[in-house]
Amino acid sequence: MIPAAFDYLAPATLEEAIRALGTHGEEVKLLAGGHSLLPLMKLRLASPTLLVDLGRIPSLGLISQEGDKILIGALSTHYQIESSKLLKEKCPLLPQTARVIGDVQVRNRGTIGGSLAHADPAADMPAPILALAGELRATGPQGERRLKAEDFFLGLMATALSPTEILTEIRVPLLSGRCGTAYLKAPQKASGFALVGVAVWLKLSASGICEDIGIGVAGLAAKPFRAKGVERRLRGKNLNPSLIEEAASHTAQGVDPMEDIHASGEFRADLARLYAARAIQEAAKRAGV
Amino acid sequence: MAARTKVSIRINGTAYSHEVEPRLLLVHYLRDVVGLTGTHIGCETSICGACTIMLNGAAVKSCTVLTVQADGGEVLTIEGLAQGEELHPIQEGFWECHGLQCGYCTPGMILSTYQLLLRDSKPSEDEIRHAIDGNLCRCTGYQHIVDAVQYAAKKLRQKAVGNRILDPI
Ligand SMILES: Cc1cc2nc3c(=O)[nH]c(=O)nc-3n(C[C@H](O)[C@H](O)[C@H](O)COP(=O)(O)OP(=O)(O)OC[C@H]3O[C@@H](n4cnc5c(N)ncnc54)[C@H](O)[C@@H]3O)c2cc1C
Ligand code: FES
Ligand code: FES
Repeated sequence: MIPAAFDYLAPATLEEAIRALGTHGEEVKLLAGGHSLLPLMKLRLASPTLLVDLGRIPSLGLISQEGDKILIGALSTHYQIESSKLLKEKCPLLPQTARVIGDVQVRNRGTIGGSLAHADPAADMPAPILALAGELRATGPQGERRLKAEDFFLGLMATALSPTEILTEIRVPLLSGRCGTAYLKAPQKASGFALVGVAVWLKLSASGICEDIGIGVAGLAAKPFRAKGVERRLRGKNLNPSLIEEAASHTAQGVDPMEDIHASGEFRADLARLYAARAIQEAAKRAGV
Repeated sequence: MAARTKVSIRINGTAYSHEVEPRLLLVHYLRDVVGLTGTHIGCETSICGACTIMLNGAAVKSCTVLTVQADGGEVLTIEGLAQGEELHPIQEGFWECHGLQCGYCTPGMILSTYQLLLRDSKPSEDEIRHAIDGNLCRCTGYQHIVDAVQYAAKKLRQKAVGNRILDPI
């Protein structure tokens, strides 16, 4: 359980970190909270020769408001997100999700940026970021890039980030009006990771019509996705349990569900249907349906 | 071999400085280099919580932190809790309520309790169970641990001035 030897750099600025990523002849890896990378290195499933620790760049770990957006530094820990007053009031879907990640110690170290960049199909954070249509910002040698959450996840542990880019910030909307949110997951019993996790935010009009809705699904497929077919069936409608159940039955439509020792594809698809229905119902209740 | 790196870490109030390999895990540093063997190694795979310590005010599994990541930091381990012969109220709670049998999980349980009570001076039973979710105990069945945490919370509240019942180390 001891990682292979590596060199270690802890730059104090983003610019230095980007330069270090371009070090030739080295297999370079960024280190954030280390709670996905270090376990892999201890098992020697990853053996980088140079680690660039982002942990000494304090500006990457801030949560703040700018206009109608909330800016979350990539190095913000799950605990920071879980306990942020700003997020709890203005975008509760993220604290609701952060709270069910791993355990206290994991949430104290693991970061939102690490979780998104790692793109483990069973990770929780991608689901709410997709539901909220978040924007991701990454900086590399060519400067800053903006990526839509939907364009960020490419497949099993694959993202649109290039090896020389650093994810710096995640932007989510400030929720106002009659909004409701919920994240529900069916955890794998031993690890707590999501067999399926569904994140929902929705907005109701004054008369109770579902004006807008976003649904993100983790765990079901090799890449987390937005359940657009379900959203379409609910937008502009008066939400009621039978409509929600009917719409949720389309969650796994057109999706190739993952199969492993924890759950068959069929079971995962059924869980997705059930958890989507429950999460939509819960979000609707919180919005006052 | 990778270059060694100099680290300076305050552990239980004492300053330590060593040259270490970047791959040295914090738990191995505490046990093998500094000689503080109160922090246990159970699984070494981030699951059991036996290696839990406080690093800069946050409970962490020290088998999943590199020593170099703790450079310049402040560490609290089980050895730093008692004042001489006087047990810390959390230790006293585990003693009084039979919160341990073999004791293997106990240092980690106690540090996770420390984290909880730093953030919440009056946790409910549910909150206590949520807070020790990352710590496995194969002996007690957890109920006595929950009792021990409640005992400690009460005792600390009685001693506290204002809202804060613990110092954030
Ligand atoms: C016991 C345990 C239980 C867990 N349970 C859950 C769970 O229930 N749900 C869940 O979602 N997760 C869970 N996790 C994973 C945890 O949330 C991780 O912390 C997270 O997935 C990765 O974040 P990190 O900051 O630790 O990243 P690291 O491990 O430091 O990095 C992960 C990867 O992302 C890259 N990376 C990191 N930051 C950046 C960046 N800013 N830009 C570009 N690349 C970057 C790294 O190079 C590395 O390849 C668990 C982990 C453990 C150990
Ligand atoms: S030894 Fe660190 S979590 Fe088990
Ligand atoms: S007392 Fe034996 S493992 Fe907890």
